[in-house]
Amino acid sequence: MTEVPISWFLTLSAVLFVLGVAGFVFRRSVVTVFMSIELMLNAVNLSFVTFSYQLQQVNGHLFAFFVMVVAAAEAAVGLAIILTVFKNRATLNIDDVDSMKN
Amino acid sequence: MQLWLIPVLPLAGFLINGLFGRRFSKGAVNAVAIGSVALSFAWVLKTILALSPLAGAYSEHYFTWIRSGIVNIGCDLAVDRLTIVMLLVVTGVGAVIHVYSIGYMAHEGGYYRFFAFLNLFMFFMLVLVLASNYLVMFVGWEGVGLCSYLLIGFYFDKKFATDAGNKAFIVNRIGDFGFSLAMFYMVKNFGSLDFATVFKQAPGAPEATLTIIGLLLMLGACGKSAQLPLYVWLPDAMAGPTPVSALIHAATMVTAGVYMTARSWAIYAHAPAAAETVAIIGIATAFFAATIGLAQNDIKKVFAYSTVSQLGYMFLGVGCGAFSAGIYHLVTHAFFKALLFLGAGSVIHALSGEQDLRNMGGLRKKTPWTFWTMMCAAVAIAGVPPFAGFFSKDAILLAAHHYAPWMYWLGTITAGMTAFYVFRAMFLAFFGEYRGHEHPHESPPVMLVPLAVLALLSIGGGFALNVPEFLGTAGGEEDRALMAISTAAGVMGIALAWLMYVAKPGMADSFAASMRGLYTLVYNKYFVDEIYGAAVVNPLVGGSRAVLWKGVDVGLIDGAANGVGARARNIGSVLRLMQSGNIRSYATWVLFGSVVLIVALGIAGGLR
Repeated sequence: MTEVPISWFLTLSAVLFVLGVAGFVFRRSVVTVFMSIELMLNAVNLSFVTFSYQLQQVNGHLFAFFVMVVAAAEAAVGLAIILTVFKNRATLNIDDVDSMKN
Repeated sequence: MQLWLIPVLPLAGFLINGLFGRRFSKGAVNAVAIGSVALSFAWVLKTILALSPLAGAYSEHYFTWIRSGIVNIGCDLAVDRLTIVMLLVVTGVGAVIHVYSIGYMAHEGGYYRFFAFLNLFMFFMLVLVLASNYLVMFVGWEGVGLCSYLLIGFYFDKKFATDAGNKAFIVNRIGDFGFSLAMFYMVKNFGSLDFATVFKQAPGAPEATLTIIGLLLMLGACGKSAQLPLYVWLPDAMAGPTPVSALIHAATMVTAGVYMTARSWAIYAHAPAAAETVAIIGIATAFFAATIGLAQNDIKKVFAYSTVSQLGYMFLGVGCGAFSAGIYHLVTHAFFKALLFLGAGSVIHALSGEQDLRNMGGLRKKTPWTFWTMMCAAVAIAGVPPFAGFFSKDAILLAAHHYAPWMYWLGTITAGMTAFYVFRAMFLAFFGEYRGHEHPHESPPVMLVPLAVLALLSIGGGFALNVPEFLGTAGGEEDRALMAISTAAGVMGIALAWLMYVAKPGMADSFAASMRGLYTLVYNKYFVDEIYGAAVVNPLVGGSRAVLWKGVDVGLIDGAANGVGARARNIGSVLRLMQSGNIRSYATWVLFGSVVLIVALGIAGGLR
């Protein structure tokens, strides 16, 4: 049985990350932006785990778990913010939420 | 012996009056101010009795002030015979003038402020006199300059008074610059500023060193004692209240330069060139100022130029090596010149502020006490025996004759002019018909008693107090011929003044008219102020305005500060565009930044 080459994992990770960036930059819905962030985080997670396997070290796994914990917390807070924004403004368009400007 | 009490008592008076005087009654202010000076005087007397006969110097060390490398300067006070003479003059005449001020300042605003400053002046003057090293002396030296400035500008709502204060302060800076340089030079060459140490080393030092120190000290003395070419501040200093003119600008502070030169005689004794310069400056100032005094119409200005001239005499004496004669004249001058000023103050007081001699006249009957006491001073300054001025002036002229006969003859001519202009002022003020419009009234007793005290000292101060003998350097044998000549010069001056201003009143004007050019020159004080203005002040002001202000300050410093600010604004206005409030644009910037970073790292680290 041949191993899947490392480069494949890294390429997948890079593709996922770029997709996340693109979604973050180009989509207007707050929920989509939010999902794009999760996508980027998980793309990074994938490369962490890959390198951890490659280098036979546990550090990368630890980083991945940390990122997951932070992502979970961020998801909780972020979704709460999104709900509040929607309640107050009745919109999820990210360009309309700019009252900090000026 | 607690020498520190002598200066600290007036300082306490200054603090009490300065801090709380506003709430005190005039009586309380008087009690504090005069009490502190009187106690100080009493303590001087007690010190003299306790230390008598005081053959050497008695010094007290309080604490080490500065210790750095080889320099070790203590806060030390010392008393020797020279100091005793000065202490008696300063506290004695000072106390008398304090009493006089009660009457003179009675109707003036800032009563407590005046007495507080006067006490502060006494403190610094006593520090100056008691100091046993040059640095402590310099503290007093600067302090009296400060008080002089404060008191010249006492009427601070009048522009000419504050200008005069500034002038005095700034001109004195030039002299103080010389004094400081002299101190640096002493530290460099002798490693000390203590009088005892410096004077012990002086005989062995190279003559060039001593000459430089002597000349630099002389520059300091010229500033403080109003000698050529730095005398210009003293006539303007008459803008202050008259007791200030009497105390600071006649009797005590302006003589500090003479005292300092006499104190440093151990240096001058081994630097004949410096001593000769002192003598020449002295005689030149004496003559020059006396000629100006001939044509002044403001009674205080006459006496101011007279003071400059008499200080020149003292310098002449000190420079000729007869330092005790210089100090002798300092003492008698303190008596009769303070009296002249206080008398002038009494006249001004009587005329409600009139100072112009042309608006006086005939006051002899209206203010007899003032007239008779002032007459004692006028006779004394004219050098008529046996009044005080005769002895001291004669001692100086005798020394000058030993040193260089031409100085004696010039000094004698000056003595004649001195007698002339003082009696001119006296005759214009007290004889003839009254020419003013006020109603003259005699001054209150509180002003007349000090006049009487000083009149007694002016009469008897010469033969009763033999200062040269006390200082242990009795002059050469008397020369009756020289004595007769200088006395004759004085008497002729008086007679001429009588002739021109009393016997034939029109004569002075026709005389002035016949020598119009010379008269204009002298009347305008040789245009010295104008020359200084054109040669020094205006170039400095103009240069400061054109180069320092418009060039350096506005161009360079403001330009740099404003430039930095403007640059920051420009950059900010560009960067502001990034802060759009659009989250996705921020994210794009982050993306852009990370790409730049990765590329940069790749280039720097080398892509593998």
